[in-house]
Amino acid sequence: MDWQGQKLSEQLMQIMLLAFAVGAFATGYVIGSFQMMMLIYAGGVVLTTLITVPNWPFYNRHQLNWLDPSEAEKHPKPQVQQHISSSSKKKSSKK
Amino acid sequence: MHTYVYRLNVLLTEAITLLALMCAIASLSDKLNVASPSADIQVLHINWFHKQRNGNDEVSLTMNVSADLKSTFTWNTKQVFVFLAAEYETEKNYLNQISLWDAIIPSKEQAKFSYHTINKYRFTDQGNSLRGKKYNLTLHWHVMPKTGKMFSDRIVTTGHSLPEEYI
Repeated sequence: MDWQGQKLSEQLMQIMLLAFAVGAFATGYVIGSFQMMMLIYAGGVVLTTLITVPNWPFYNRHQLNWLDPSEAEKHPKPQVQQHISSSSKKKSSKK
Repeated sequence: MHTYVYRLNVLLTEAITLLALMCAIASLSDKLNVASPSADIQVLHINWFHKQRNGNDEVSLTMNVSADLKSTFTWNTKQVFVFLAAEYETEKNYLNQISLWDAIIPSKEQAKFSYHTINKYRFTDQGNSLRGKKYNLTLHWHVMPKTGKMFSDRIVTTGHSLPEEYI
């Protein structure tokens, strides 16, 4: 999943779970059936799992553009001078 | 959220948290219920009333226990446990409570009942001070929820008394 897809998945997950929780409670309370509340909520959780967890194609619409390798070679990474010192153990290896 | 395992973890955690919230609110909704129960307990006959070999008094009663506990049931009620207690005062104890009979009411339809029964459990005193004793018969009930807090209440019927002499 790309970044936009992950954000979409998280939003969908939270909204769907909350909606099913509220809906299940309201329905159960009005009917007077605890079992109905549990069934509706369980169904809602399963539905949410099916929609938000697998890597569906609509989560991959905003592709990440990685830099092309040939382009990367034209701009080499700057090398940091390694300080060889017997007393200092700190390696300044910032790449 | 980059792997399905991570998403599954988040989903399950949120789902269970919301479930806990729903159960808490369901339990709170029990407080909205105003119950109007009624009960009537009559002692029809005293089967025997003697002193046991160890010196304690014992009574056996035939009673008619009728009650209507339908209004104590809510959508969040699993069952109602009801028991009948004889309560009286002696010199030794300020309050003696003896459970004579109990029952479990599993559903609202069975909550209006009338039992003609002898006491399920022995009515025995600590000592021998039951002759001529005035006692209350109290119907207690515990409303057991499917989730959350249990409520209990009672109805006291006064005016019962035991005979002056052993039968």
